[in-house]
Amino acid sequence: MPTEIENINPNVYGKRKEREVTANEEDEDVPDPFDTREIFDLIRNINDPEHPLTLEELHVVQEDLINVNDGKNEVNIKFTPTIPHCSMATLIGLSIRVKLLRSLPPRFKVNVEITPGTHASENAVNKQLADKERVAAALENKHLAEVINQCIASKV
Amino acid sequence: MSKLSLEHTLQGHKGRIWGVSWHPKGNAFASCGEDKTIRVWSLSGNTWTTKTILSDGHKRTIREISWSPCGQYLTSASFDGTTAIWSKTSGEFECIATLEGHENEVKSVSWSHSGNLLATCSRDKSVWIWELAGEDEFDCAAVLNSHTQDVKRVVWHPKKDILASASYDNTIKMYAENAADNDWYSTATLESHNSTVWSIDFDADGERLVSCSDDKTLKIWRAYQPGNEEGIYTPDNETVWKCVCTVSGEHSRAIYDVSWCKKTGLIATACGDDAIRIFKEDANSQKNEPTFSMITSEDKAHLQDVNAVKWNPSQEGQLISCSDDGTIKLWKFIE
Repeated sequence: MPTEIENINPNVYGKRKEREVTANEEDEDVPDPFDTREIFDLIRNINDPEHPLTLEELHVVQEDLINVNDGKNEVNIKFTPTIPHCSMATLIGLSIRVKLLRSLPPRFKVNVEITPGTHASENAVNKQLADKERVAAALENKHLAEVINQCIASKV
Repeated sequence: MSKLSLEHTLQGHKGRIWGVSWHPKGNAFASCGEDKTIRVWSLSGNTWTTKTILSDGHKRTIREISWSPCGQYLTSASFDGTTAIWSKTSGEFECIATLEGHENEVKSVSWSHSGNLLATCSRDKSVWIWELAGEDEFDCAAVLNSHTQDVKRVVWHPKKDILASASYDNTIKMYAENAADNDWYSTATLESHNSTVWSIDFDADGERLVSCSDDKTLKIWRAYQPGNEEGIYTPDNETVWKCVCTVSGEHSRAIYDVSWCKKTGLIATACGDDAIRIFKEDANSQKNEPTFSMITSEDKAHLQDVNAVKWNPSQEGQLISCSDDGTIKLWKFIE
């Protein structure tokens, strides 16, 4: 965990209401592909590494920055760091990746990228998050895995 | 229409399988993965079975394995920062040496054609060359720090003591030994890819190299020696490598491995879109501007990313692949 908090007064936003379950969704015979809301619900309660707030409350993740193509097995997430020099950006992206890696069927290809123009080292962070070999090596690091698990562990 | 026909699907490893490597005779192969084990497989009757499991050599993921040209030694590169040498001289595989020195994950290991030199590379940005100094003894002959990022792959030239390395810094580098002072140095930097170069392979005579990248392209490079008839400028009297062909638009995600068959000249690719593709040089291809066409695409070769493809060195048209889906597949290429 960071010793110094970089963004002391982040903007805090409201939370979305729970998803309303439709009759079709309760019907086991109706195919129910993954949609953006479902992906959003998986990642909205990930904790920020330095604030007792969720990624949703900090607008780091937003439903309209999620793209899902169930047929093509693709999930694309754009996340927005709270400040352009946020040193936590890689860790936040990694937490989103790990959460989806664990929750979604393995057929899905998950891309996690910074919302264009919102971070000073956007390209470097994106490249690192897309490198599955480095992600695998990072997750074998016990300390890092612990930090990520703390971020992912949902309080609600 | 040519195609890949699936001959065998093998399971054994737990989780992602990172690498496969044919024994030089082509009648056995080894595999490795995130379960920290190496499996040695061979054919009995019509089935491939695990003959040996080497499970006590590494503490973390085994990224790549590689056989010595004589087939007696197997080496393994691991995220634990070490490279292990396994010998079969006593009949059973045993770990005879552990090469240490890299600061973090070792990504690749490769034997030179003579079997006297070994190269390793790491996320610490360095390439190390090791010399076989006697039975079971390896001396570090060079530490090369030319790359500015994580080095993904090292591959030796098929006939000469020339080493190639591919990196997260988007470049490929060539190394040779200086005859005057026996120092290894970087002779060339191959720049053209726009993202991580995951893998490289030489053609049969080593005059050309194929590379594959996170930028979704394949590139063919040709060596131009000093005094070449094309008049390509060769500063410092060094061989210059030029990108003579780029194959784009055929892969939809990162290409993790490429294998250039020494027998047939076919190129196989392993892609993050689960497909295996085969490329062939066109009949009317020109030496300095060659053209390659995709002749086969096995779109759902695996259920997840394909991590490695390797042509059998002795059996023409046999291809092996491994994947994040935990399977190894053997394919027969049918023209």
